[in-house]
Amino acid sequence: MWIINIVGVLLIALIVWWFWLYKPNETSASKDLVIDVENGVYTPAHIKLAANQATDIVFNRKDPAPCAEMLQVPAFDISETLALNKQTRIHLPAMPAGEYDFHCQMQMYKGKIHVQ
Amino acid sequence: MNTSVSHQTHSHSSEYELLIDGANCGSCVKKIETALRGVPGVEQADMNFAQRTVTVAGTAGVQSLINAVEQAGYHAKESEAESEEDALSEKEAADQAYYKKLMRDMSVGLGVGVPLMIYGLFIGDMSVNTSLERVAWLAVGVITLAVMFFSGKHFYTGAWHSFKNHSANMDTLIALGTGTAWVYSMVVIIAPDVLPEMARHVYFEATAMIIGLINLGLALELKARGRTSEAIKRLIGLQAKTARVIREGEEKDIAIEHVRLHDHVRVRPGEQIPVDGEVLEGHTSIDQSMLTGEPMPVEKNPGDTVSAGTINKTGSLVFVATRVGKDTALANIINMVKKAQNSKPPIGRLADVIAGYFVPTIMIIAVISALIWLNIGPEPTVAFAIVSATTVLIIACPCALGLATPMSVMVGVGKAAEAGVLIRNGEALQTASQITAMVLDKTGTITLGQPQVTDVVVIGSYSEDEILGLAASVESGSEHPLAEAIVESAKSRGIKLSNASHFNAITGYGVEAEVDGKSLLFGNEKLMKDHSIHVPDATIEQAQGFANEAKTPMYFAVDSIFVGLIAVADPVKEDSIAAIQRLRRNGIRVVMLTGDNRATAKAVAEKVGITEFFAEVLPNDKAKKVQELQAEGEIVGMTGDGINDAPALALANVGFAIGTGTDVAIESADITLMRGSLHGLADAVAVSKATISNIKQNLVGAFIYNVAGVPVAAGVLYPVFGILLSPVIAGAAMAFSSLTVVTNANRLRFFNVKEH
Repeated sequence: MWIINIVGVLLIALIVWWFWLYKPNETSASKDLVIDVENGVYTPAHIKLAANQATDIVFNRKDPAPCAEMLQVPAFDISETLALNKQTRIHLPAMPAGEYDFHCQMQMYKGKIHVQ
Repeated sequence: MNTSVSHQTHSHSSEYELLIDGANCGSCVKKIETALRGVPGVEQADMNFAQRTVTVAGTAGVQSLINAVEQAGYHAKESEAESEEDALSEKEAADQAYYKKLMRDMSVGLGVGVPLMIYGLFIGDMSVNTSLERVAWLAVGVITLAVMFFSGKHFYTGAWHSFKNHSANMDTLIALGTGTAWVYSMVVIIAPDVLPEMARHVYFEATAMIIGLINLGLALELKARGRTSEAIKRLIGLQAKTARVIREGEEKDIAIEHVRLHDHVRVRPGEQIPVDGEVLEGHTSIDQSMLTGEPMPVEKNPGDTVSAGTINKTGSLVFVATRVGKDTALANIINMVKKAQNSKPPIGRLADVIAGYFVPTIMIIAVISALIWLNIGPEPTVAFAIVSATTVLIIACPCALGLATPMSVMVGVGKAAEAGVLIRNGEALQTASQITAMVLDKTGTITLGQPQVTDVVVIGSYSEDEILGLAASVESGSEHPLAEAIVESAKSRGIKLSNASHFNAITGYGVEAEVDGKSLLFGNEKLMKDHSIHVPDATIEQAQGFANEAKTPMYFAVDSIFVGLIAVADPVKEDSIAAIQRLRRNGIRVVMLTGDNRATAKAVAEKVGITEFFAEVLPNDKAKKVQELQAEGEIVGMTGDGINDAPALALANVGFAIGTGTDVAIESADITLMRGSLHGLADAVAVSKATISNIKQNLVGAFIYNVAGVPVAAGVLYPVFGILLSPVIAGAAMAFSSLTVVTNANRLRFFNVKEH
């Protein structure tokens, strides 16, 4: 039984590490960067930006689920509708250094902007 | 591929956006840009490789640009403007296709799940004891796998991609829950010996039913979501598709996107006004109810403005286009409503924080639940552990939490727009629901803002017309509403005005000037006193009488001798009394501010049922009054229509601009009332209260559902009541929890603003 318990505890530790502690690779934003919105994820979901520099990011929504329809960047009051099978340009204002979330309305799609 | 449009003309230079097909590598960019820059007249060509678009500026025609791209080996076409209506139709078609897919997936899932469940409940035992049963259940297992692939593929691919991306979502929970049930059942069939006999139970019905039910829930939610955006659809539907323009003396119907600034547009009776403009010819009445909520048609004559989306009722009009495309008032309203519908009031922030940690937390709870059952649960512990973990994963619904706020905001903001109330964002919506004190500016807000001369009192040798003529001559350069009333009155009597010189406005007192060599003073009693001009007591009493009747008395002196009084009254708006009563019924303290004298202010306040008012408030002091009320702990709504109201509007917790006011006031406001009536204020408060209360219901429902559902699924009721939820029940509960949230938000569509 203790083996099962150890496996259980390890599983919990794995969940914590995988979903909360792991730092994924970041993609630098450029004018040609397109973020695909498909299969429940933004690809890429972790974006690197230079501080105090406005940028445009293009989102390409391929998922017809209504969940994927809205893009929100709460820190900058950005809330835009992503048209299906089309590219939508989102203007990000100059941001101070920090980490900013972007996600769909229900937070099923999630991504992070790392401004440095 | 399609993108946003552009074709902008700046004097002789134009800007086009072309869509490029066949450009698959970075080097194509340079080739295409070079080809375009080689076209005579092209000043600039910049390609966006990500969007496969190129923006070209210059005097070259669009066809020559397309030819140049074709010669370079690619295909190009001009990006066309996509109207809001086209985008909406596309969205509806996509939603319809997705709905059909979900219903198909639901049919397959329930088609397999329901017979299996009926078998398990009424016909046989879903356990594996004999070889025959193993073969039969293996076949069912394969069929269930097919259901998972056909109807549940989107859950599994979504879960996998999220997992790779170090995130977890609803798909993760469904995939883990149904996957666990299926894998456990297959272990029971393939290697029954690894499990105790009591635990050899299969759960294929759970897998198939959950997939079917969640697809059904998603389909119904999609339909319900569609209804939440009905208000914006109605606004978009107000946009005309074509316009009849007059160019070079010829009338022709063109697409609305091609109407240019300064085009002359003809509108016949019954037609929609296609763009904003100023009437050049014709006389008609216009139905503006769709924009302002005001049912009475408004008369329009040359010089008047008309707005896109309104309907020309009676006569034929020709007007010059002053705002087209995305600049029209209607387009701005649609944009503002869309933005507000997408914004989130602070009340929803906690749910956002929780939603951010929700799924991994549920996964951890599922593991802990399984461990507890395995360690201290009754036999068969493995089966109990699997059922409880699966049920925890399935019953948890992050979507209900995530949807609770935005769905209600969507419907509430739309409902407000239908009543002619434009709410800027979610924060304004929430604060409007908490207002405890409403500050109203008198002139133009409670009153019409169009004063008229009611009395001229003559003292001495000057006649009424002479006094009015001289006063009008002094005031002819002023834009003050009272001054305009005097000038209008003089003109209507056919009095010829003279030029005024040495004009001097004395803030808070009146004006002084010279007309026809006479030194004139025109203003309040203080102005007379300041210049030591004697006013008979009887006249002061008479002036007091006027003030008590809500008229503004103005004293007039010629060459330092008092010669008469002119009384001007600004009629109270027809429905101000009823609207103020509505506000007070809602427990809101109503306060009136005015620059006018105390007696007039008192008379107006009494007439409309306001007990608290501040008179002779200088423009700069309005903001101070708002601050004072805030210091008393009030949440203050400020309503104004003029430029001088802007600081107070900005300072108030919620600034309301009367739509008939200035652009500056509207820009400073959190909420804009499209019509002049104060009922808009009561409507705004009523809709905000209803929306926030709806959000609270949704949030409380979603919290209680998850907080109660997850422990029950984990089996907390089992030790006392012997109750352990079936994963199928959990699947149904989960599917319908988000549907309940959307349906509750939809109830707001039937909220009757006028009754509150």
